[in-house]
Amino acid sequence: MLVPILKQGDILIASVQAALSDQDLLMFKDDLSERVGRFRSRGIVIDVSALDVLDSFASRTLSGIAHTATLRGASTVVVGIQPDVAFAMVEMGLRMDRVATALDLEDGLALLASRAKNEHRRDAR
Amino acid sequence: MSTAVTLDETYLPITRDGDVVLARQKGRELAVRLGFSGSDLTLIATAISEIARNIIEYAQTGQIFISSVQHPGKQGIRVVARDAGPGIPDIELAMCDGYSTGKSLGLGLPGARRLMDAFNIESVVGVGTTVTMEKWAS
Repeated sequence: MLVPILKQGDILIASVQAALSDQDLLMFKDDLSERVGRFRSRGIVIDVSALDVLDSFASRTLSGIAHTATLRGASTVVVGIQPDVAFAMVEMGLRMDRVATALDLEDGLALLASRAKNEHRRDAR
Repeated sequence: MSTAVTLDETYLPITRDGDVVLARQKGRELAVRLGFSGSDLTLIATAISEIARNIIEYAQTGQIFISSVQHPGKQGIRVVARDAGPGIPDIELAMCDGYSTGKSLGLGLPGARRLMDAFNIESVVGVGTTVTMEKWAS
């Protein structure tokens, strides 16, 4: 497995460790999708802080992963987009519309926790 | 671009998916040696990634040459991507955001152009495509 995926309660934490080829990205997508079902996960954090490039294919694949997971009931947050990478994405015109992002792993987990709390509140009403 | 004198060159065959990653890493390394700074390195690497992927997607194989380039008063990096693929029938259309005959977003070529300072495509249907792009060290 190229991207280690840790399970912590009902959350999956995927840390991209090194540059991924397009095939690697697609394998990661399938791997994560399978785990969401197997572990009945409610949240996913994808840490991309080790990536020095997020090009059109990587952005599209990450958006796809997030949207697919959301449709299956797992909120997804992409964390750790480096400042230079964010700058390049803006220059290129790449968008990750409707994908939640956070500064780092800590903020990503906090975002998922607050979402879970809000859902709980809604359910209780 | 015709007055350029090339000093240092890296040649990379692009024949498989993993070569896209290798090409952008090599490009970044050369850009560091040429004195480019943080965000420029990322812009260059990202542009290389896009044009290398286009080779794999449309032509399957090709080559990328990365070199230093010097014009009077400025120095930079030049990236040339060459393939003997199907060629691009309408370059103007191919340079439009969102236009793609492949399975991509159609942001590869126009996106790469926005990341670099100079960008040129020559393409002949049935013969192949050459993309040349340059960026100046500031």
